[in-house]
Amino acid sequence: MSTNEFYSLKVNGVDHHVSDAWIGESLLYVLRERLGLPGSKGACEQGECGSCTVFIDGAAVCSCLVMAASAVESEIATVEGLNADGTLTDVQEAFVTEGAVQCGFCTPGLVMAVHHLLDENDSPSELEVKEALSGNICRCTGYGRIFAAVDKVVAVRKGALS
Amino acid sequence: MSSVKTKRDVLGTSSLRPDGGAKVKGDFAFTSDLHAENMLWGATLRSPHPHARIISIDTTAAWKIAGVECVVTADDVPGQLTYGLISSDQPVFAKDVVRYMGEPIAAVAADHPETCRRALAAITVVYEVLPVLFDPELAIGDDFEPIHPEGNLIRQQRIVHGDTSVVGDVIVEGHYVIGMQDQAFLGTESALALPDADGQGVEVFVATQWLHEDQKQMAACLNLPTERVRLVLGGVGGAFGAREDISLQVHTALLALRTSRPVKMQYGREESFFGHVHRHPATVWMRHHATNEGKIVKIEARFVFDGGAYASTSAAVLINGVTHTQGPYKCPVAVVDGYAVRTNNPPCGAMRGFGVVQACFAHEGQMDKLAAAVGTDPVSIRLMNAMETGDLLITGQPVESVAPVARLIRETNEIPLPPDLAMDANELELPGGSGITAERKHIKRGIGWGVSIKNIMYSEGFDDYSTARCTLSDGKVVLKFATSEVGQGFVTLAPQIARSVLGVTDAVCDTIDTQIGSAGSTSASRQTWMSGGAVDGACRLVRERLFEVVGAQHNIEPIRFAIEDDEIVDTAGTFRMSVIEASQGITISETFEHHHRPTEELDENGQGNCHVAFAFVAHRAVVDVDPELGLVKVVQIATAQDVGQVLNPLSVLGQIEGGIAQGLGLAVMEEIIVQEGRVRNPSFTDYLLPTALDAPVVVARMIEEYEQQAPLGAKGVGEPPCISVTPAIVAAIRDAIGKDIDRCPVRPQDICL
Amino acid sequence: MPVLIAHTISEATEILAENPDATILNGGTDLMVEVNFNHRHPSSVLLLRNVPQLREWSIDSSQQTITIGAGVPYAAMETGAIAAAVPALAQAARTVGSPQIRAAGTMGGNLGTCSPAGDTLPVLSALEATIHLSSQDGERIVPFGEFMVGPKKNSRLQHEIITAVTLPITGRRQGYSKVGVRNAMVISVASACFAVVDDTPRLAMGSVGPTILRAVKAEKFLTEATTNLNIISDEIAREFGQIASTEARPIDDHRSTAQYRAHAIKVLASRLAVRGTAS
Repeated sequence: MSTNEFYSLKVNGVDHHVSDAWIGESLLYVLRERLGLPGSKGACEQGECGSCTVFIDGAAVCSCLVMAASAVESEIATVEGLNADGTLTDVQEAFVTEGAVQCGFCTPGLVMAVHHLLDENDSPSELEVKEALSGNICRCTGYGRIFAAVDKVVAVRKGALS
Repeated sequence: MSSVKTKRDVLGTSSLRPDGGAKVKGDFAFTSDLHAENMLWGATLRSPHPHARIISIDTTAAWKIAGVECVVTADDVPGQLTYGLISSDQPVFAKDVVRYMGEPIAAVAADHPETCRRALAAITVVYEVLPVLFDPELAIGDDFEPIHPEGNLIRQQRIVHGDTSVVGDVIVEGHYVIGMQDQAFLGTESALALPDADGQGVEVFVATQWLHEDQKQMAACLNLPTERVRLVLGGVGGAFGAREDISLQVHTALLALRTSRPVKMQYGREESFFGHVHRHPATVWMRHHATNEGKIVKIEARFVFDGGAYASTSAAVLINGVTHTQGPYKCPVAVVDGYAVRTNNPPCGAMRGFGVVQACFAHEGQMDKLAAAVGTDPVSIRLMNAMETGDLLITGQPVESVAPVARLIRETNEIPLPPDLAMDANELELPGGSGITAERKHIKRGIGWGVSIKNIMYSEGFDDYSTARCTLSDGKVVLKFATSEVGQGFVTLAPQIARSVLGVTDAVCDTIDTQIGSAGSTSASRQTWMSGGAVDGACRLVRERLFEVVGAQHNIEPIRFAIEDDEIVDTAGTFRMSVIEASQGITISETFEHHHRPTEELDENGQGNCHVAFAFVAHRAVVDVDPELGLVKVVQIATAQDVGQVLNPLSVLGQIEGGIAQGLGLAVMEEIIVQEGRVRNPSFTDYLLPTALDAPVVVARMIEEYEQQAPLGAKGVGEPPCISVTPAIVAAIRDAIGKDIDRCPVRPQDICL
Repeated sequence: MPVLIAHTISEATEILAENPDATILNGGTDLMVEVNFNHRHPSSVLLLRNVPQLREWSIDSSQQTITIGAGVPYAAMETGAIAAAVPALAQAARTVGSPQIRAAGTMGGNLGTCSPAGDTLPVLSALEATIHLSSQDGERIVPFGEFMVGPKKNSRLQHEIITAVTLPITGRRQGYSKVGVRNAMVISVASACFAVVDDTPRLAMGSVGPTILRAVKAEKFLTEATTNLNIISDEIAREFGQIASTEARPIDDHRSTAQYRAHAIKVLASRLAVRGTAS
C-alpha cells in the first residue's frame, strides 16, 4: 500500500515532485499548472475532445480524466517529450506543411493521437485513421488537412523504409 | 523544417503558418497557458435562474475563506456599470435583476481554482424568481412586461421593394426553424491581467477578436483612461464570433486592480457555454412568388431572431438576415418584416455567417419547393434565378462585386458524385457508425443543394477601418497591427503581402496589441480585405520611400523603379539592386489606415446601400440516411466558392473545409437546448461537434475572379463555406427520405417519426 | 486526503475495510468528470488500476465461460480473444466514448457507475453475466439482474470491490446496437443487445429505463413464434421489435424523446433479431 499526499510523477523520463496538491487535481492540471508543461490543452474536462491526450504506460488517454496522484507508478509522456532535441517529428512537420494547424488548440492532442496510431499501425486505412482520431475534436479545419498530414507521414515512412 | 528556400512565399503561394512549429510542439502560448509571478485565479458566480430579482448578496463567508483575496460585485465596478458592442445594455455584474441563466453576479480572486470554487459556493444570493420570457413571439408586442429598461424589442426592420401588388403564377411557402448553435471554439475564454504598480492602469493578455473594442469597453467600466488599459492578444484557440463580445475582460482586470496582483481567469467548458453569445435561434417564414417557369417575382418574409437577454450584435444580425432574404437570386419585389427581440434566453450575437445562415436556410428550402412546384430540378431553378453583377438587391443596392453565381452552380455540378455505397460497406461508412445500427440495405442516399450570398465587412455606415505599420530595415520587414489572429491565418498572409510588395524574404509580425490603431474585428470575413489592405498600403508607402532613397543615391527618378522578385529594377534602364542591399543601414517605417468605401443606413423601407461587398458560394451535399432510425452520414460536399484572388491556397482550403464542418454541425447535430430559459446541454458530452468520422469528403473549387474593389483582389473566405452547406445537407436528407423537414439541426425524430 | 494504491485484490479489500469512505478509482473516466465538474469531492481514493489481477481475463473451456477482470480496459475487448468469445461485448466496447476513453475505461467502471446508458451493460444483461465482488468477508457472485438496481445504483456493498465479470461463451448469434446522434464518441440514446443463449432469445435494452431492461415479452414471443432462431422472417422480426418497444420505459430528456427512444428500440430489436441470419 502506498499513499501520496506528496508525490512524484515520472513525465517524459524525468521525476517531478508535487506537494500540497488537492486530491481532485487532474493530471492535466498538474502538468500545466504545477510542472510547467502546458503543451497538453484542456477544452472539455470530460474526455470529449482529446486536446489533453498523453501517453500513460504507452496508452493514449485523456489527461483530464486521470487523477494526477493516481499516476505515481506510471510512465507519462506528453507532447513536450516527443522530440527532446527541439526539432519536429515527422508527424509535427506534416501537420505544419499540410495545413493541419489553424488555431492550434487541438493540435498537440492530435499530434499525440497520430503518433500513437502510427506506432500501432504503420499503414492504416482511411477508416482506421478516422476512427483512431474520432476522439480528438478539431473545430477549425474540418479534419481534411489533418487526414492529409497523416497520409503524408505514412507515405514518407514507407518511402524511408523501402 | 527544411532550410532550403526555393522560392519566396509571396502572395499566391501556400506559405506556411509562422506559428505552426510552436503549435505542433505545444510551445505556442495560448492565453490559458500564461502565468505570472504571484498570480491569483479568478472565478465568476453566475445566476442559476433565467429571470429573478436579486434580493440580497452576502459575500461575508467567501471573504473569510483562507486563500481568498477579493470578492467583487456590481457595487465594486468603478465606472460604467454596463457594456455592449452596439448598445451598452449588459451589466458587468447583475445588481437588481438577473435576466438569463448564467449571468455574472460576483467574482472572486484566490490562490487556487479550487479555493475559488469554494468561495463562490460561500456567496449567498437571495433571489425572487420572476416569470420567464422565453417565447420570442411574446417579446414582439406588449404581451410581456419589459424585462429590461430598453424594452423587449431590440430592433425591427421592414423592407419594401418594388411593386408589391405583384402576384406570382406559382406560390410556395414555408416556415423554417433554426436552432441555437454554439461557436464552441476549443480554447475557452481566458485572460491574464497585470495591474500597473501605481494601481492606475492594467495590462491584459486576452483571447479576443477585437482588441480596441475590448479596450474601449473595459476602460469605461474600469473608469480608467483608455491608454491605461493596454491589451495584448494572448494566443487564441478559435473564435468564430464568440470573442467579439466582452466576457471575462472587465472582471479579470477589476480583480487585478483590486488585489494589486496578477489575476488569471479561465472558463471551463460548462462556463464557456454561459460565458459567450451564441448564434441566434430564429424562425423564418417565407413566401415566394414565381412565374410558371420558376422565375422569382416577389418574396414575402418574416424573421424573428431571439437575441436573448442582452442586445450584443442582434441589431446587426437582424439587418444581415433581412437584407439577405432573396439569397443569390434576382428578386424584383419584396416585403420583409424582421424582429430581433429580447428574452430571458441566453444572449445571442455573432457567429460565423451572422444572420445570413438563418436567411439562407429558409431561402434555399424555398428554392427547392419552387423547383418542385414548377416541375424542375434544384440546379435549374437556381441557374434560372442566379444573381449577376449589376443586379439590384431588395434594398435597392446594386451588386457591384464580382457575382459568378451561375458559374459556381455549374462548376459545383461538374464535380463527380461519390461512388455508390458499396454493398459490403464497412459499418463506419454507414449512418450510425460503430453503433452498428444498420445494414447497407437500410440506407437511402440523397442529394441536395445550397447557394448563398454573404456580405463582407461591416454595414450600415460603420467605418470599420484597419491600421498597420510596416518597418523596413536592413532587408527585414516588421509588421505591426492589432489584427486578432484567431487561427484564420492573418499572420501568414501579412508577411506574404510584405514579400510581394517589397521584395523582401524576411518579414515577421510584431506583437499584436493596442500599441497601434485599431484593426477592427476579426469577423465578417473582413481581415484579408481590411487588414490586408492596411498592410499592403503601409508596405507600398515604405516602397515609395525606399525608391526615393535609392533614386537619390543613383540619380534615377523614383517613378521608374519597380520591384522584381527581390530586386529594385529601373524599368527604363539597366539598374538593379537587391532590396536587402538597398535597405542596409536605413530604417523606413510607415503606417497606413485602410478604409472601405462608405455605406449607408437603411431607411424605414429597408432601402439603402448598406453593405460593402458580397461573396458567393455553392454547395452540393450527398448524404446517406437511415430513414427508419433517422441517422445521417454526410458523404460528400462539393463546393465552388467565389474567392476573388487566391492569396494562399492552403489557407483558403482550410477555411472552406473548416466552415463546411461547422455548417454540417448545424445541419445534423449542433444545438444548445434551452427550455424555459434553462440551458440543458452545456457540455461536450451533450453539445455534439462533428468528429473525424462525421467529416465528409470535401471537393472544393476556388473560383478566381479578381475583385476590383478589394485591395488585393481577394474576397474574405471565412464565412461563406458554413452558410449554404447547412441547407444543402438538409435538402439532401429531404431528398433521401421524401419528407419535408423545416428545421435545423435535423434530429433523428424529425426524419423517422 | 490520500490516494491509496492497491497492488493486489486482498490489499484493495483491506484498504477499503479500513477506509470505508474511499472512492474507488479504476480508469477514472467517470469519476474524474464528476470531480472536474465540481459534482464530487472525494476525500480519499482507492486506486485499483495497479492491481494486475484485475486486468486479467480467462476462458473456462469446460464451463464455456469467460471471466474478464474488472480492470480490463474497453480497448482490450474490442478485438482478439475476448471479441471472439463475446462478439456483442466487443461491439459494445467499441462504442464507448473515444479511443482515449476506451484505453482507460473499464468494465468495472461501467458496473460501478451503473448508468442506464452504460454501453456494455445490455450485453451483461442479455448474457446474464455474473458479477464478482470481493471483500474481507470473501467473494460474492451476483447475477447482473440483481446487481443493477436503479439508475446509477447497484447492490455492491460499501466494503466490496468489483473484481470480474463472467459471461457465457454461447457460440450462437449475438449482436449489439447503439443509437447516438453522431457517428462516433456519443452517449447512447438507445441501445440493445440480442443474444441466443441456451437456444432461447434474449434482448436487453439500454437508455430506455431506470435500469437495463430485459424485453421478456418479446423474448417469449420470439421463442414461441419460431422453431429455428437462425431463420426469422421480417414479419416476426418486426413484431418482436414492436413488442420490445412496448417494454421500454423511456423518458424525455435533452438527448432525445421518449417517443423516439421507443421507436429506436423497435427498429434495433427487429434488425438485431435477423442480424447474422441468412435472411
